[in-house]
Amino acid sequence: MNSLYYQKRLSRNIGDKFFTSLSVICALIAILPLVFLVTYILYKGGSQITPELFTLEPNPPGDDLDAGGINPALIGTLIITSIASIIAIPVGVGGGIYLAEYSKGGPFSRFIRFGVNVLAGVPSIIAGVFIYALIVSTKILFGSMYSGLAGGMALSILMLPTVIKTTDEGLKLVPNELRYASLGVGASMYTTILKVTLPSAFRSIATGVVLGIARAAGETAPLIFTALFSYYYITGFGDLFYEMGSLAVLIYNFALEPYDAQNKLAWAASFILVLSILSVNIFSRILAAFTEKTKRV
Amino acid sequence: MEEKLTLFKNRKRFGIEKNIDIIFKNTALVLSSFVAIILLGIILVVFFQSFESFSRYGLKFLVTSEWNPVKDEYGAFTAIYGTLVTSFLSLLITIPLGVGTAIFITEDFVPKVFREIIGSFVELLAAIPSVVLGLWAIFVMEPFFRAFFVFLHNFFGWIPLFSTEPTGRNSLLAILILVVMLLPIVTSIARDSLNQVPKKLRNAAYGIGASRWKTIFSVILPAALSGIMAGVLLALGRAMGETMAVTMIIGNSNAFSWSLLSPGYTISSMLANQFGEADGSQVSSLFYAAFVLMILSLVVNIFAQWLVKKFSLKY
Repeated sequence: MNSLYYQKRLSRNIGDKFFTSLSVICALIAILPLVFLVTYILYKGGSQITPELFTLEPNPPGDDLDAGGINPALIGTLIITSIASIIAIPVGVGGGIYLAEYSKGGPFSRFIRFGVNVLAGVPSIIAGVFIYALIVSTKILFGSMYSGLAGGMALSILMLPTVIKTTDEGLKLVPNELRYASLGVGASMYTTILKVTLPSAFRSIATGVVLGIARAAGETAPLIFTALFSYYYITGFGDLFYEMGSLAVLIYNFALEPYDAQNKLAWAASFILVLSILSVNIFSRILAAFTEKTKRV
Repeated sequence: MEEKLTLFKNRKRFGIEKNIDIIFKNTALVLSSFVAIILLGIILVVFFQSFESFSRYGLKFLVTSEWNPVKDEYGAFTAIYGTLVTSFLSLLITIPLGVGTAIFITEDFVPKVFREIIGSFVELLAAIPSVVLGLWAIFVMEPFFRAFFVFLHNFFGWIPLFSTEPTGRNSLLAILILVVMLLPIVTSIARDSLNQVPKKLRNAAYGIGASRWKTIFSVILPAALSGIMAGVLLALGRAMGETMAVTMIIGNSNAFSWSLLSPGYTISSMLANQFGEADGSQVSSLFYAAFVLMILSLVVNIFAQWLVKKFSLKY
C-alpha cells in the first residue's frame, strides 16, 4: 500500500531532483550574460548620451580629452546597411521566389538550397577578404580602394542567405488553394506571384528581412578592411567611394584605444547599436506572436 | 505545384503578358543562381590569391609557427591551433549548458510563460553584435575573471594548460566569450529538436513507469540526438569563423604556447589584425590562412547538413 505514495528517498526520485536542479542552474546561467550585458550597456552607454554625440565628428585619439561625437559613424552605418539591403533584398527575394514558386525540387534547386545553407555558414570575415580581393585591391570601382560601397557589398553577401531563406520559407507556407484560385481565374504565373502569393507571405518575409538587416548593421568583420573607418562628416554622394566609418568599426577601434574618452565613445555607440537591434528584434517577436494568435482564431 | 503546372502547360496566352511571364521566371532563375556564383567566386578567389604562398610553403605552412614579415617567413600553426582549441573547448562548455537549458525550456518545470521568456532571452543574446560582446569582454569580463585566473594558475599551474602567469587578455577569455555566443545557437536548435520528439514516446515511457529524467535520458534525448548534433556542428562552424569578440580579447600573439592563460591567435583574428596593413607575400599568406579557415568551416557545415538529412526524425 505504501508503494503507491511518492517516496522522497527513492534513488530515482533523488536523481530526478538532482537533474532538475541541474537544468534549472543551466537555464539561470544561460540568461545571466544577456542580463549583465544589457544592464551594463544601458548604464555605461546611457550615461554618455548627449545631443552633441549625434552631431559631432569623433576626435582622433590622443591629444583631446573630449572624444567628440559619432555622427559620421551613425550615418555611415545607415548608408552601408542600405547599400547591402539594396543589393541583397532584390536578389534574395527573386531567388526565393524561384525556389518556392518555380522549382520542382530538381537537382538545381536542391543545389541552390544547399548553397544558401553553406553561404550562411561562411565566416563573416571571409566575405570581407573576398570583397577585398575582388574590389578593394583591384580598384575596380572607379579607382577607389577602401569605400563604403565595398563595405556594403561585403555585408550584402552576409544578408543574402537570410533573405533567400525567409522568402523561400514564407512562400512555402502560402496555401496552394490561393495559387489554384488565381491561376483558375486566368491569371498568369507572375501575376499570381506578385498579386497573390507574395502579398500573403509579406509579413513573414518582411520580418525575416528586417531581422537580417539588424544583424548586418552590427557586423564588423567584413567592414574592417573594405569600408575601413573615417573621422569626417559624410557630405555628399561622392563620399561613397571613400573610406566610411560605421558604428561597429568605431566600437572596435575605440575599444582598443588606451584613452578613456574614446572608450566612453565606444560604449555610447554600443548603446545606440544594441538598443536599436534589440528593439527591432523584440518588436518583430511581438508582431510574430500577435500574427500567430490572430491566425488561430 | 506539379499538378498545377501540367494543368496550365498548354494554355493559350499571347502577346506581351506571355513574354513578361517568361522574363519574370528567368530573372528569378538568374537571381537564385547568384548564390552559387558568389559561393564559387569566394572559393576560387581566395584559392587563387593564396596560390603564391601555397606553392612556396605547401603544407609546411600548416605546421610551422614562424610569422615574420621582415624575413618573409610564414607559417600559421599558432593561429590554426588557436582556432581549433578555442572552438572545441568553448563547445565543450556550451553543449551541456545549452542542452540543459533546452531541456528546462521544453519540460514543464515552470509555467509556459516563464519558459518562453527564458527562451527569448537566450535568443536575444544571439542578436547582440559580436563587437559589443568584445567591448564587454575587455572592460567587464576580464577584470571580473582576473582573480579566478590567478587562482587557476596558482593551484593548477603544473598542468601545461594553466602554466603561464595571467596578464590581461588570453585564450581562456576568448573561449568564455565564445560560450556566450554559441549558447543561443545550441540552445535554440536543441530546443527545436526536443520539441519535435512526438508526445507519444514520452507518454509510452511514463506509462511503463520511467521517471522523468529516465525518460529524458533514454527516450527523448536519443530521439533528438541528430538535431542536437547538427546544431552543435553549426555552432562549431560559427566558433571557428567568429572574429570580432575573439580578436578583441584573445591578446593576438603569434608566440605558440600550450597555456590557455597566455595570449593567443586564431585565423580570423590574424586576418582582422593584419589584412589592412599587409603587403607583398604576406597578403598571399593571409589568403592561404583564410583558405584554411574557409575549408574548415565548409567541411563542418556540409557535414552538419548531411547529418540533418541523413538522420532527421522519422516517426
